[in-house]
Amino acid sequence: MQAEQLDIREHLRRHPPFSLLSDDWLNTLASRVEVAYFRAGSTILQAGDPIEDLHYIRSGGVEIYRHEGELYNRLGEGEIFGQLGLLMKGMVRFPARALEDTLIYFIPGDLFRALFDQVGSFATFVEIEDRTRLRQATANEGSRNELMTTRVGRLITRAPVTVSERADIRTAAAIMTEQNVSSVLVVPESGDEGDPRTTGGAMAGIITDRDLRRRVVAQGLPYDTPVRDIMSSDVVTVQDDQYLFEALLIMLRENVHHLPVMHRLKPIGLIDLSDIISHETQNSLFVVRNIFHQQSVEALQALVPEVKASFVRMVNEDANSHMVGSAMATIGRSFKQHLLQLGEQKLGPPPVPYCFLALGSMARDEQYLRTDQDNALVLDDSFVPAEHDAYFEALAHFVCDGLATVGYTYCKGDIMATNPTWRQPLHVWQHYFTDWIRRPSAQSLLNSSIFFDLDGVHGDTHMADQLQALIADEASKTPGFLGCLARNAQNRTPPLGFFKDFVVEKSGRHRNSINLKRRGTAPLVDVIRVHALASGSRAQNSFRRLEDTVAAGFLTAQAASDLRDALEFISLVRIRHQARDIEAGREPVNNIDPEQLSSFERRNLKDAFQVLSNAQRFLKFRYRPQSTR
Amino acid sequence: MFRPAHQQVEVPDWSQRLTTLADQAQSPDLQAFYSAGAVAPDTPLEQVPFTALDLETTGIDPEQNSILSIGLVPFSLARIRWGESRQWLVQPETTLSAESVQIHQITHADLAAAPPMSQVLPELLTTLRGQVVVVHYRAIERLFLYHAAQRCYGAGLEFPVVDTMELEARVYRKRVPGFMSRFLGHQPKSIRLADARSRFNLPFYPPHHATVDALASAELLQAQVAWRFSPQTPIRDLWR
Repeated sequence: MQAEQLDIREHLRRHPPFSLLSDDWLNTLASRVEVAYFRAGSTILQAGDPIEDLHYIRSGGVEIYRHEGELYNRLGEGEIFGQLGLLMKGMVRFPARALEDTLIYFIPGDLFRALFDQVGSFATFVEIEDRTRLRQATANEGSRNELMTTRVGRLITRAPVTVSERADIRTAAAIMTEQNVSSVLVVPESGDEGDPRTTGGAMAGIITDRDLRRRVVAQGLPYDTPVRDIMSSDVVTVQDDQYLFEALLIMLRENVHHLPVMHRLKPIGLIDLSDIISHETQNSLFVVRNIFHQQSVEALQALVPEVKASFVRMVNEDANSHMVGSAMATIGRSFKQHLLQLGEQKLGPPPVPYCFLALGSMARDEQYLRTDQDNALVLDDSFVPAEHDAYFEALAHFVCDGLATVGYTYCKGDIMATNPTWRQPLHVWQHYFTDWIRRPSAQSLLNSSIFFDLDGVHGDTHMADQLQALIADEASKTPGFLGCLARNAQNRTPPLGFFKDFVVEKSGRHRNSINLKRRGTAPLVDVIRVHALASGSRAQNSFRRLEDTVAAGFLTAQAASDLRDALEFISLVRIRHQARDIEAGREPVNNIDPEQLSSFERRNLKDAFQVLSNAQRFLKFRYRPQSTR
Repeated sequence: MFRPAHQQVEVPDWSQRLTTLADQAQSPDLQAFYSAGAVAPDTPLEQVPFTALDLETTGIDPEQNSILSIGLVPFSLARIRWGESRQWLVQPETTLSAESVQIHQITHADLAAAPPMSQVLPELLTTLRGQVVVVHYRAIERLFLYHAAQRCYGAGLEFPVVDTMELEARVYRKRVPGFMSRFLGHQPKSIRLADARSRFNLPFYPPHHATVDALASAELLQAQVAWRFSPQTPIRDLWR
């Protein structure tokens, strides 16, 4: 290596994709670059001109334009351009202009092509389609996390232990003891089929150690009681090709410790909590268990550091955003459930059935740290305000105050069960929702974007199911509403990208920081909600909604996976920076200074913003708005 | 009226001058070099074949000190062809001072195997045929090569030069600083290579390496032309 190449080589080495290259490659590149100076404002590339070299910015800044003259990108020191033209027809695709005095190193086309062919990581970086790079960026995430990559089927070590539903409970207990298992599947006698929709006729129910203790011994039942009398028949199951993390969430959600593993409709094994825990010793599960063990709001408050710690741990273990989002939502849901239990202990049993609703990010299983509480109460139609509301008002205050104590700040828009408007019997809710959909106004559209992500967390959750069904049915057949919602979903636009330590707006304006929620994930979720409601999906989670939207033919698989990747990547950056905030002892925030972003993050964020921008444009012609009230 | 110093310089018509020199040359090397000629004085800059040149020397006196290394980079207004850059180490005719070792990072060991100037010069002349040489501060390159040629061939060397330092001086050394300016403590603008480059937002390169310095002045000339001249400016306005 000659000394004169050193400076050029070391400069290249500091910037991806060159940072991925061997010394041999770098030496070759450094010895063969050509150089030119462009004064600020001068044209570097003109569309349609032949292009023979990859352009590397040694110093200065460059703006890339689309054909229509719209700003497409703003690049700084160490970044490259011209690769598209080189890979396509050797013709300039996007014109380039020097934003500042700029020194360009030209990397000869033959070297570029050799690199592209011979060095996989280099090719990946300069891949033709930006979205392909985004795909790579998200696909690499979470690959090291066992919960995410291990399928449930792998934990099965034996066929499920079974007992006939006609057998008595003593026989069942004997079989369990003999087989050394803590649960047993109850199978129907031949000719006596279980509900074929849930079990395929192969499973009637399940009995666990806990059932024997609570339903037999504590109740003083005779040992010859048939198994079917004490079994749980509404069996929650998991499919063998689901991931461990999904099994774990099912357990947390349904508050069960044993899950039959199904292959299609046939039970092929049983897993319990300890199987998963032995795979993954530290996780959010312990927080959830601790939540249910506390007997006061003060004791719950003491768990807040644990919640933050489990968030940081998951992020550091490369969990993907779906995993973190559902785990945090599960923790939030557990707080609500347990606060309601504590409230009922304090106030006595509810006078009429009710369902406590989680709204927004918790309902979508997309909760991170730093969220408001959005909740509501649905009451049975037998509710009589004068007689019953005092109870529910007190319960609502108990829960909302408790949530505030454990870190879920009060909703600034007063969307909480403490607000009488949002503490109503089912028929009033049905009227609300129908009215919002049929007669959209600015306020009701805003409400829709919060209330139409809803989930029943406690009480008679069938009421929540009914409301979800109503929304899905009404919205999908009301194009005027969809049009208005689509228009609202275009209000919050993403920035163009980054340049040096600034966020670049489409107008060319610079900003010092970006709110990744407001400018990234929230508008993506809005876009996805419109498609989901149009396709009649009842799913709440954005990823599930995308699946439904594709199945219903409202989006192409390609468009949906672009949106998925964009949401995943922006969410990941958000949660990683929140985790870093916590580790540094700062309050986690959604605002990020570009200087905190790695070049990897900047590039992929920019791609994700582009996906969002295109998706918003697509909304515009897909759903025609009507005028609002 | 006051005339800036640079306009008083008598610039030869280099294409004619080289033709004359070719007729007079005794040595075949010099004769070949001069016969290749120079571009016509009205050739627009965008068509001129340039070669940026830098010498590292043991000192600044061309009669007492000698050349240690020669670096050159061919270029045009559009492209600097770094891949075609050349560098020679030269065995010095005088002893190497500790001071210059420090500056140039060239040691006795490096130079032990290096060829003497009598071997390097013919190669250099071949490379420079037909080129307009670009340097930062022409006195060094001109005088050292003139004396080197005299020692090799018994005759000095002349060639057209664009001096990026002199182009800076045209802007920043136009007049003696006035009383007010001196009173206000205005320092004259530095026209050293690194300072001139930074005015054009060109990056810092580590100095005192012949080819890197040549590259640095090639970039500087591109910047100067981009801001103060045009690709159509005739070469006669720049060369000396």
